[in-house]
Amino acid sequence: MIPAAFEYARASSVEEASSLLNRFGEGAKVLAGGHSLVPLMRLRLAQPKALVDINGIKDLDYVKADGSRLRIGALTRHVTIQRSKVVRDNLPILAEVAGEIGDNQVRNLGTIGGVVAYADAAGDYPTIALMLDADIVTNQRTIPAEDFFQDLFTTPLAPDEIVTEVVFPVASGPHKYIKFRRRLFDWAIVGAAAQKLNGGWRIGLTNVGPTPVRAKAVEDALQKGAKPEEAAEHASDGLEPADDLRANPEYKKHLARVLTRRAIQQAE
Amino acid sequence: MAVSTLIGAKIHRREDPRLVSGRGRYVDDMQPTNVLHAAFIRSPYGHAKISRIDLTEATKAPGVEAIYTARDFEKILQGAMPVTNSFVADKKQPIGWAYIAKDETRYQGEIVAVVLARGRDEAADAASLVQVDYKPMTPVVDIDGAVAKGSPTAHSGIPDNIAWDTTVGGGDVKAAFAEADVVVKQRILQQRLFPIAMEGRALVVEYTPIENKLTMWSSTQVPHWVRLCLTLATGIPESNIRVIAPDVGGGFGSKIHIYPEEYLAAAASKLSGQAVKWVEERSENLTATHHGRAQIFDIEVAAKKDGTLLGYKVTQYVDTGAYVSVFSSFQCSAYAIAEGAYDLKNVEFRTVGVLTNTTPTDAYRGAGRPEATHAIERGIDLVARELGMDPVEIRRKNFTKKFPHTNYLGLIYDTGDYDKALTKALEIANYSELRRRQEDLRKQGKLIGIGLSTWIEVCGFGPGQGHATTFAQIAAETLGIPYDQTEVRTGDTGDTPFGYGTYGSRSLHVGGSAVLMSSRKVVDKAKKLAAHLLEAADEDVVFEGGRFYVKGSPDRAKTMGEIAFAAHRDNLPPGMEHGLEATTYYDPPDLSWPFGAHVCVVEVDPETGAVKLQRYVAVDDCGNVINPMIVEGQVHGGVVQGIGQALFEEVLYDHETGQLKTGTLREYMVPTANEIPEFVTERTVTPSITNPLGAKGIGEAGTIASSIAVINAVCDALTPLGIKHIDMPATSDRVWKLIKEAGK
Ligand SMILES: Cc1cc2nc3c(=O)[nH]c(=O)nc-3n(C[C@H](O)[C@H](O)[C@H](O)COP(=O)(O)OP(=O)(O)OC[C@H]3O[C@@H](n4cnc5c(N)ncnc54)[C@H](O)[C@@H]3O)c2cc1C
Repeated sequence: MIPAAFEYARASSVEEASSLLNRFGEGAKVLAGGHSLVPLMRLRLAQPKALVDINGIKDLDYVKADGSRLRIGALTRHVTIQRSKVVRDNLPILAEVAGEIGDNQVRNLGTIGGVVAYADAAGDYPTIALMLDADIVTNQRTIPAEDFFQDLFTTPLAPDEIVTEVVFPVASGPHKYIKFRRRLFDWAIVGAAAQKLNGGWRIGLTNVGPTPVRAKAVEDALQKGAKPEEAAEHASDGLEPADDLRANPEYKKHLARVLTRRAIQQAE
Repeated sequence: MAVSTLIGAKIHRREDPRLVSGRGRYVDDMQPTNVLHAAFIRSPYGHAKISRIDLTEATKAPGVEAIYTARDFEKILQGAMPVTNSFVADKKQPIGWAYIAKDETRYQGEIVAVVLARGRDEAADAASLVQVDYKPMTPVVDIDGAVAKGSPTAHSGIPDNIAWDTTVGGGDVKAAFAEADVVVKQRILQQRLFPIAMEGRALVVEYTPIENKLTMWSSTQVPHWVRLCLTLATGIPESNIRVIAPDVGGGFGSKIHIYPEEYLAAAASKLSGQAVKWVEERSENLTATHHGRAQIFDIEVAAKKDGTLLGYKVTQYVDTGAYVSVFSSFQCSAYAIAEGAYDLKNVEFRTVGVLTNTTPTDAYRGAGRPEATHAIERGIDLVARELGMDPVEIRRKNFTKKFPHTNYLGLIYDTGDYDKALTKALEIANYSELRRRQEDLRKQGKLIGIGLSTWIEVCGFGPGQGHATTFAQIAAETLGIPYDQTEVRTGDTGDTPFGYGTYGSRSLHVGGSAVLMSSRKVVDKAKKLAAHLLEAADEDVVFEGGRFYVKGSPDRAKTMGEIAFAAHRDNLPPGMEHGLEATTYYDPPDLSWPFGAHVCVVEVDPETGAVKLQRYVAVDDCGNVINPMIVEGQVHGGVVQGIGQALFEEVLYDHETGQLKTGTLREYMVPTANEIPEFVTERTVTPSITNPLGAKGIGEAGTIASSIAVINAVCDALTPLGIKHIDMPATSDRVWKLIKEAGK
């Protein structure tokens, strides 16, 4: 439970963080909330040479409604997103998702930038980002969510690249995220999200593959007037979920269908 | 017992303010100067040969003072670790458990070397530099694999994996089965569990050479046993060893065993000439601290058409892990209460110990009794189902009703009224209304299940469970002194006489009785002294409310305090010794048999298989109650642990490597407050006749009763689908699979 030795530096701006990452070179990592990185270090599964702490960069912690877009700074904590009136008014599903991440400690420290950059298949925000065509903004470029989540724990981020912002469309219509898990603070075994946007449905799934999944087949069926129970049967089309201790692939596919139907039916 | 004020009072645990405000003193709080930190190098494989250990790099690492392997310890530690076989007469192959592996490792977590360094971090860094070349062998990781013909053996060179195979019985089982109208058979899995105490194990040990003295602080349930075992291993006289268990952050059985680390740290202190400290990490805790349960039960129950139970056959397979651990035979004690609350004389119980390449198993909260209760309570439900009877009716029909009762093995149950506890539980749960509601909801496709368990246990043969409070209540009440003026000291072999420690829910039954008897001896002596001082005959002195006076003149009284003072002065009656002290070693004449009835209500989601706990009612009878608040706390904690087993927890090993698949608390799911419904806890009081307090143990009751109450409820919910049995943990994927197969 004791990490290997590492160097540590605290940045007060994105530029400084980026130059510190460059200076430490390969093996340096950004430290945000630490709720994914530090457990790995304690088990010595991750042994970064240096940590660049971005918690001092105050201007990465914000929530802004900007016309048809909702901009959230990378260092914004889950608890802020959960409670923010701006989020509740402009993208309530995101506030609800935030409220169901981990437990109080995780929500008090974990950040949206950290979840996105870490790209765990069971991360919840990535599903919402993908299905709503959000943008991931870094200090170097803007990457559409569709291009961002490439594989398990794999993103196009360069070693000195820092996520600064996640930009979502405003969507306050009917919505529901159902997170199926054994204990309240667990990661999703499977999650299903439904959101009405511009007259159509957006459907997303969590933890049914190496990356979040947008269930286009379900969206199309609904568009063509299928009933939720018919459309939801397509939720598992093309899925190849991993086998893990909590669920085998067949069960995950079954859950994807059941939860998708329930999410659409319960969306309000 | 006379009407009293303190005994039976709801008094807050006196240890709590200190513990919840962060002022506890645990082993990790001990910071001797110049201490060296130990890190244990452990085998990552289930089964492997060690071909070479290279210490070159590790020795050069910063802060490293010494690295020891098996060869170094041979000079200090004699023989092998002790194992007990008290419950198992004809153990087939007693296998010694070496303190440290030399040529072969037999479970993931077995120690192969010890690093001592100045800093804890330096010890951890150096540990990662120790190079051990292993030649992995094919492991056996479960009972089925280990008993199969031609299976690899858990140790090189043993003929098979059977550690013991013993059958006990009573009555005429053959005749009972021949006469039966129905026989139900079931295989029941008791999955392997981690005990998960909040505080892992921890040690500080200091050997002083010239005096040949050893002092050890250990997070243990059994300090006196640790001292005895250290003497046996090191040859240091018992009088020179002091073992102190300061605050202990939970044990649940996992700290009743004397572990390799205790011997090795003591020896390392002797070898290095310095104090040594070790605090277990959580991931270490999951491989190195013993596991619980890990059993399979094959049961057969014979019954008449009217529901009368006739005979019971059980085969219990205990996965012992790689070695037969010190108290592992406790797990076989399932045989002692095999027939549970039922008057059933024709019983045959076979227990088979099976060696595997896994962490050794040992007593875990309830040790044997939850398993026995699970088996018979599952069995009786299956019989009821076969006969179309209500589970309540079949229980009532078969309850043991006359006490004292001699069971199939000749054990004597002191007192009991099982029907009373069940009736009370059913009333609180509103059973008949529940059944009606269940019918209605079934018509709407909803699956509600009601589960019963009527449990008994045996205790007093043998943990923090509020001793500082209950023992003080007993002493203060008997001595007539204010509760606040009492202090309870335990856990230090330096200032307490030999005790077996706390396990098997024995503390109150045995320790509490000893406190009562010592207090009475003190009162008797004080009374004689008071008579002398008051110039009266002994018989004329009255002791009341902490004061001694001569019958009829309560104004001229001596308080207990005054007498205590006088006991050290010169004016004593002829022949009386100074002082007012008493020591009692209490060995109860017989065991005590608490019991109770639990009712659990669940809802199963037919689509996802998720089980939701709706309600939980526990009616327990632990005889006279010293402190109801502590009893409630013990029941709550126990029930939660049982729910953990029923629905959440399961240790899994990889069959190829023998490594844990559930190696962190992310994969191994301990339930939290969120997952637990509100409990109703109630009591019936049937005093014990085997100890002067009339008390019975309660520490394990919740665990014994709850896993089966939950599982019976899940099975009841699945009845309309034709599903009869589910193994633990009843996770959603497992339930879903059964539902799907039933639909085919
Ligand atoms: C008990 C527990 C339960 C949890 N349950 C859930 C859950 O249900 N759903 C869920 O989504 N998450 C869950 N989490 C994870 C939690 O949300 C983490 O906080 C999150 O995954 C990582 O965010 P962080 O800010 O803690 O990042 P860190 O742990 O600090 O970093 C994670 C990784 O991202 C990199 N990184 C962080 N910020 C940036 C940035 N701005 N730019 C570039 N790289 C960056 C780091 O270098 C590191 O590699 C849980 C965590 C715990 C401990």
